[in-house]
Formats: sequence, C-alpha cells, structure tokens
Amino acid sequence: MNATRKALAAGLAALSLLAVSACGSDSESGSTDEVEVFTWWAEGSEKAGLDALVKVFDEQNPDLKFVNGAVAGGAGSDAKNVLQSRLQNGEPPATFQAHAGAELTDYINAGQIEDLTDLYEEKGWNEQFPEGLLERLTQDGGIYSVPSNIHRANVLWANPAVLEKAGIEANKTYDSLDAWIADLKKIKAKGIIPLSIATDWTQVHLLETVLLADLGAEAYNGLWDGTTDWGGSEVEAALADYNTLLELTNTDRQGLDWPDATQLVIDGDAAFNVMGDWAEAAFQEQKKTLGTDYTAVPVPGTDGVFDFLADSFTMPVDGPNSKGTEAWLDTIASDEGQVAFNKAKGSIPASTTADTADFGEYQQTAIKSWGEDEIVSSLAHGAATSVNWLTDITAAVAKFGSNKDAAELQEGLVEAAEDNKPE
Amino acid sequence: MSSTVPSAVKRPRRPKGRIGGHGWVAPVLLILPTVIVIGVFVYGLIGSNINTSLQDRHTIGPSQGFAGLDNYRDLFTDDDFIYSLRNLLLYTATFLVGTLCLGFLWAWLLERKARGESLFRAIYLFPMAVSFVASGVVWRWLLNNAEGERASGLNRLFDTLHLDFLQNPWWTDERWGILAIAVPAIWQLSGYVMALFLAGFRGIPEELREAARMDGASEWQLYRHVIFPQLSPVALSAIIIIGHMSLKVFDLIMAIAGQTNYTTQVPATQMWIEFTRGDYAKSAAIGTVLLVIVAILIVPYLVSTYRQERRR
Repeated sequence: MNATRKALAAGLAALSLLAVSACGSDSESGSTDEVEVFTWWAEGSEKAGLDALVKVFDEQNPDLKFVNGAVAGGAGSDAKNVLQSRLQNGEPPATFQAHAGAELTDYINAGQIEDLTDLYEEKGWNEQFPEGLLERLTQDGGIYSVPSNIHRANVLWANPAVLEKAGIEANKTYDSLDAWIADLKKIKAKGIIPLSIATDWTQVHLLETVLLADLGAEAYNGLWDGTTDWGGSEVEAALADYNTLLELTNTDRQGLDWPDATQLVIDGDAAFNVMGDWAEAAFQEQKKTLGTDYTAVPVPGTDGVFDFLADSFTMPVDGPNSKGTEAWLDTIASDEGQVAFNKAKGSIPASTTADTADFGEYQQTAIKSWGEDEIVSSLAHGAATSVNWLTDITAAVAKFGSNKDAAELQEGLVEAAEDNKPE
Repeated sequence: MSSTVPSAVKRPRRPKGRIGGHGWVAPVLLILPTVIVIGVFVYGLIGSNINTSLQDRHTIGPSQGFAGLDNYRDLFTDDDFIYSLRNLLLYTATFLVGTLCLGFLWAWLLERKARGESLFRAIYLFPMAVSFVASGVVWRWLLNNAEGERASGLNRLFDTLHLDFLQNPWWTDERWGILAIAVPAIWQLSGYVMALFLAGFRGIPEELREAARMDGASEWQLYRHVIFPQLSPVALSAIIIIGHMSLKVFDLIMAIAGQTNYTTQVPATQMWIEFTRGDYAKSAAIGTVLLVIVAILIVPYLVSTYRQERRR
C-alpha cells in the first residue's frame, strides 16, 4: 500500500502543479497609474524617438508611470501577432502603435479600438492637424487614432557624383516617368546601376510611386475606394512602366533590405533610389550633406503630392486604464511631444502648430510640402489599404519579381481589389 | 538497496505487475498528468485547429459561421498553394537524397578505419549543433544571387576560380530556387545521418562478414546481401527523421529568403503569412494539411515499429 500512496501523492502533486501554472497568467498588475504603451520601437532612431516621447510624458504626467511594452523583431510583424493574441484574450495594453489609416480597418471591424471623434472635438485636435490628413484618417465616419509623426514615401534619392559620371545634369528635374526612364537607360549603358531596390516590400513601395506618377493623385486615391479600375488601361500602362523600371534595377534585390539599397546610392554604386524619407537618417549617420553628397526630390511625376504614412496611437476597447491612455494620447498630440519625438526619429510633426524651426534641412523641405501639397495615402505602409489587401498585393508583386508576367500581375491586383475593397 | 533484497525474497510472491488489491491505481495515477497535458496541449489543440479550419473566419474578428470544407477547396484550387506544395516536395526529395547519400558515403569511409576517424566524425557532426536560423543568416550571404561584378558569397568564389558558368541565381529562380534552400539543410544534417549509419555498421557482427567471405562472396555481394539488409532499419529511421524535419521547414527559409519571397514559398511560410494577416481559418487549414502530410509519413512507421515490438 505504501507504493500506492506514494504514487497517489506524486499524481496529486503533478496535478496541483498544473493547476498553479494555469492560474499564473491571471496575476495582472491592476494598478491604475501604470500606462503600458505597446510598440515595435525597440532600437535605433525609433527607440530614441520613443525615449524622447517618454520624457515629455513624464514631465506632463508626474503621477503616471510609463511601462514600455515594446516587442522587437520582424519590422513590427512579431509585435502585431503578440498584440493580436492579447486583444483576443481581452488583455489589451493601455495604448498600442499602429500605422494611421486603413491598416486600422481590421481592429475597427473586430471592435477592438475606440472611436476618438469626440476626443478630437473636445481637445481641439481637429484644428491642429491638417484637413487633408484628417480626411485620410477618417474611416466609417470616425477617427480611431492619434498620429505621432509623418513620413513621406514618394522621395527620390540620388547621388550627384554618379549622375555626373554618367553625363547627366545633377539637379535635373523630371516632369514624367518617361523622361526619367530615358536617363536611367543612359546610366545603365555606362555600366552603373540606375535604380537600386531591395526585397518585396520595397518593390511594392516603388510600384506605389509609379501608380501615383502615372495615374495622378485623384485616380490613385480612386484605386482604394473603387472608383479607379485596377483592370483598366491606365493601370496597365503604369505596370508597364513599373516593369521597365524593375529591369533597370540591381539583380540581387531579393537578398537586400532597404538600408542596403540606399547604401548603394550613398556608396556611388547606384544613381537613384526610391525610398521613404526615413532614408534621410542613413545619409545623416554617414555625415552626408544634402545638395552636394545627395539630393532628395519627389519621385518624377509626383511633384506637388505628398504620399504620406504615419505612426499613430489608439485607445483599445476595455483598456486597463482609460485615464492613462488619454494622457498618453494628449502627449502624442501636444506640440512638445510632436517636436521631441520627430526630432529624434527624423520624421516631421503631424501637427501644424508644432515649432519646427530647428529641424534639419531635409525635414524643412518636407514640412513645407506637408503644408502645401495634396496628401495621398501610402500603400506599402498601411495608410491606403487594410492589412489583408496589402498582403495580397505584396504576394502579387513578389510573384511578378520572379516571373515577370505583367498580365498576371494585373490579374492579381484586380483580384486583390475585388476580395478586399471596402463596401 | 541491499537490505531490501532479503526481505523481498522472504515475502510470498505476488502476481507480476500487481501491487495490493488495486493494481491499476498507481500506474493510472502516474501516467495521468502526461495524459492530461498531451491530451489538452497536443490532441485538444489539433482538434481546435481542425475546428478553426472549418470556420468562416478570415479576419481577426470572431467566426462568421461554419464553412465546411470550403477553406480546403479554396486551398487546393489556389495556384500559389499548389506551387508551395510542389516546392515542399522538391525540397524534401533533394534533402532526403542529399543527406542519405552523403551520410552513407561518409559513414562508409569512416567505417573502413580511415585515419583520424574521430576528428572527421566530429567535423561532420558539428553543423548539426548550429540552429537553422543562425546558419541561415550565413547562407543568406553565401547564396547571394548577384552575378558578375557585384557577386558575393559562392558566386564570388566561382568568379575568382574562373568557374563563371557555375554562377546562378540560387533561391531566386522560379522553378528550381527551392533546391538552393536544400543545400544548407543537407550540409547541416548529413553528419547526423552519417552517425546513424555508422552505428548501423558497427552493429553488424564481424562473424557475418567473415562467414560471407568464407562462402566466397565478392565485396559487392557482401554489401548487397549482408550489409545493406542489416542497414535498412537505420535507413528507414533516417528517412523518417529527415523527412519530417523537411516537411516542417520554416526557419531556414525565413532566415535566407524572408517570408514574402515567392520562389521559396512552402506551406509553413504561407501558414505564417495567413496567420499574421488574421486569416485564421486559412492558416489553420494549411496547418491541418501539413499535419496530414507528416502523418502519412510517420503513422505507417509507428504502426510497423509497434508490430515488430509486439512480435518480440
């Protein structure tokens, strides 16, 4: 009987261990002065930006405690998976980072984030953010997040020394893609990479600027609301241009990420690179001077249009601490917060009331365009479409990169639009 | 322990395997925790996964109802999924053939009492200790697809050796790209297969060889009729182990080509993409298909091992 009793004890011990471990996850710290901010800003200029933001937050809210909920890795995709499981389990953070615009669609449809329209009214945020931006942020009649920064996607970076070597005037401006492509071909004839590019998402990024250049801002916007036909001849022509441009890029694109592609321009191995203006940080880190070592202008054919993307913060439904969430959003929208964050991250404030006198030279030009230009939403960075739609488009573009079948690409894009178009 | 032995001898013998009147209580209690844990976390979750794959749940929101086999029908009419299945098949075949041939060759060489055997054994086994992600980072550079002036990695090596015709786009080729991913996999696991075969060789009694030689068998006949039949259980184990690892390939591809790259799509990477975008039903369906494929490989093996053990 002794053996039986021992076995019984062991079995019970094992069972109780199980029970304990099952209860373990419930012990959430429920204190209401903690504000957990969930981001994927874990390193580099993004971390610096977040730190600057926290400093402002602590000054404005001495009684609240910032808790860093950053999840690193996968350019945000790891963080998004972690976030989603927390939201599904009813354990949202006080606030989380998301690209402003249509990328929020899934959260909204699943009822996971609050409509902030009333808060915008109450705090006067409608006056400080430009109207064009508010329009692009509005979904189903509501605004669901507060933008912390603005990046521009349609920027063409060039190396003047390389252009000179190829016999092309350094500060030449192009009215259309065609004129630009003609010069790219000349550069290729000299044995230099005309346009540098990297892995799949940077190809989507290039495609987006080509669509914008060929279709114009209005028809480009129409792609996202269904008024422009993805199967039409305009899109077909744009895809042909995209194909031509891709032929003029480095062949090892699949193995590179954007910093490698930008580095080709910095090192003088490539003449041009189309990349968002976070590339500015790469030029600055290597002590390059705007105008002499590199130039930054809108992508040919997109002058006067600001292809925007923004990071923003949300208020999750049933959050642990709505007072704290509101305080964080207040800091995000405040001029001090916008200036501190963007100076550190290298982007520009979304708010027009922020004091930007001591921002860098490139940022000054971006701030000027931000105030004057027509604003459209970036595809590759979540402003224009839902996550689902972008995933389908990326798959089609990635496939095109390996089989170069333009008809199949257009078919894929039409299908993606049919499956994901907002009703 | 020695003190318990005499007392056990004195006691009257109980029927084997029974203690007291409730012989089943102790064993059941002992295996109960394992049964519960495996039941919940393996079979329970497999059931839940299959259930998800039958739902109309293509967003992060709750299920929109029961969808039957629609998700599976969609999968098998999707060209991209067929392409990724084909990739998986090619990869598995290459990986299996590569590791078995190299592993056998090395084991055969070492078995012939080559000099420095233990050194070579260690060298061949070493790559197995590296994780796929870590080696993937290095192979990403080695398998760089730039050719000519910008070549790096292996293409660069071919360039310096004036073997330019060997330069190739590696994993970015639409048709055969997936085979490039098998190269690092073979490099990592051939040593392991070698160790398996070596153990197999050592398990063959010397008398058998001697007897065969006495009967006038040539070296080839010796291998054909004596050694190979003795090695076949080892080969089968190697096929099962390498095969199921191959079907689960994910980390190596993520590290070398990234998740969105088209030419290296396999079901596991597609499952990850679908999961990340919130299409839970589709990713669950892909997961179930993968489970079935692995089961087709493993279940017959388990059944035959079970039968063999019962026969003994």
